[in-house]
Amino acid sequence: MWYHKPVINEELLQSLPNLKIVASSGVGIDHLDLNLLSSYGVKASNTPFVVSTDTADLGMALMLASSRRLVEGYQMAVSRDTEYFPADWLGTEVSGATLGIVGMGTIGYKVAERAKGFEMKILYHNRNRRNKEEESAVGATYCKKIDDLLQQSDFVLLSVNLTPQTHKLIGKRELELMKPTATLINISRGLVVDQDALVEALQNKVIKAAALDVTYPEPLPRDHPLLKLKNVIITPHIGSATKKTRRLMMENMTESIQAGLTGLPIPNEV
Amino acid sequence: RPTIDQELLESLPNLKVIGNSGVGVDHLDLKMISNFGVKVTNTPHAVADPTADIGMALMLASARRLVEGCQTAVSPDTKYFPVDWLGVEVTRATLGIIGMGSIGYRVAQRARAFDMRILYHNRNRRRKEEEEAVGAHYCEKMEDLLQQSDFVMLVVNLTSETHKLIGKKELGLMKPTATLVNISRGAVVDQDALVEALQNKVIRAAALDVTYPEPLPRDHPLLKLNNIIITPHIGTATVQATRMMAEEAIANMLAVLNGQPIPSEV
Repeated sequence: MWYHKPVINEELLQSLPNLKIVASSGVGIDHLDLNLLSSYGVKASNTPFVVSTDTADLGMALMLASSRRLVEGYQMAVSRDTEYFPADWLGTEVSGATLGIVGMGTIGYKVAERAKGFEMKILYHNRNRRNKEEESAVGATYCKKIDDLLQQSDFVLLSVNLTPQTHKLIGKRELELMKPTATLINISRGLVVDQDALVEALQNKVIKAAALDVTYPEPLPRDHPLLKLKNVIITPHIGSATKKTRRLMMENMTESIQAGLTGLPIPNEV
Repeated sequence: RPTIDQELLESLPNLKVIGNSGVGVDHLDLKMISNFGVKVTNTPHAVADPTADIGMALMLASARRLVEGCQTAVSPDTKYFPVDWLGVEVTRATLGIIGMGSIGYRVAQRARAFDMRILYHNRNRRRKEEEEAVGAHYCEKMEDLLQQSDFVMLVVNLTSETHKLIGKKELGLMKPTATLVNISRGAVVDQDALVEALQNKVIRAAALDVTYPEPLPRDHPLLKLNNIIITPHIGTATVQATRMMAEEAIANMLAVLNGQPIPSEV
């Protein structure tokens, strides 16, 4: 099994005249050319809601691991050279800090629910404002301008989907608006961030650190500067990688495929 | 350091108080210190949030195989990310908290936000309102907690009653899919029994901020296992907590020297 192979292009679709449906696992569909599929009369489906809690959990895991320097700490704990644990080795606190969520859809909202348990102050930016009850349930404050969120947050978490509007949403300008003590967490898509600008920002300590479950491409080339930086954690796109969720994703996909083959309304059609 | 022993106390006849930074006082011989008429204080308030945070961080990192994942993501040998690489869920799983003091309760508050089912075992039962606020169910018998939990988190202080609280029997009662998280003291766990349990997959994994000793000898079997995360006792290692512990320790020491009520005397 591979991610995103085979590529769904003109050549493939021409060679599969009976193809009725492409069922994609996960919620992101930025790798599918929907216009192309539609022109061949092929339907598409995704698995939107089942991935939400695991992805939100991973966002929290990355935020905690980054702020408390968990990976570095682990390396110190097991290293052959460690003789004693240094007393002046510190991370920064998550409890009570300010979290700015960019993209308050299903996943973003679940992140907010979790962050509330840590008494974090929650700001969010979204195409549309959530309703008052939803905001007060998690204690989230709407930032109509992303700049306001960037300037006030200790942690900026990206949970938008990838569209032409969100492509390189976070670039040099946005990184400079962030606090120098802030951490960027990306659980959306690598292309939402201008990666070259991110490398520069991390090298020059424009921001403190980054924690990325997604990059572009995946994996990164082995000589990529992001792999060499001390203030980055990267995980291999594991937002939905748990046994239960993968099973549910497969069940969803099977339902969509069966409906697609029998001409019935397709659950989770995109 | 320095170790508070007879010799040191004899050389400091005017010593009135030892202000400990952190909440654990298992490293102090309280009886001996008391014989010298010296008071001991600790800093329970400063440690609670950051230690609860580290408990959550360890649980999440272990469940989602975060450290392994990082290694895959940056390894020179990685050509593609395997699709069949999976962790276990935290949301809606069952967390058993052993020791529901100030830190344990904060862990429960955080875990509730992940929709976890929360069981707890404690010397004393918490009040109904406190239980309901975090959706926690009391397990009078620790065995019940061990058998039902997907994650067992140790948040007790180290006393003669809690020394080797978790041994071969307790590990055998846990689910084979369960994870042990320790943010209390290394000696609360029978480490040899833990090594065996992890080697034989009696439990799935462990995540430890504390061991005995710290650091472990470099040839210790715990360092060789791949179903374990160890962090170097960083439960309170944040800029904010360090400042707060210093402030709390100083406030306690000044209270002793000025003959005022002592906020956190041990």
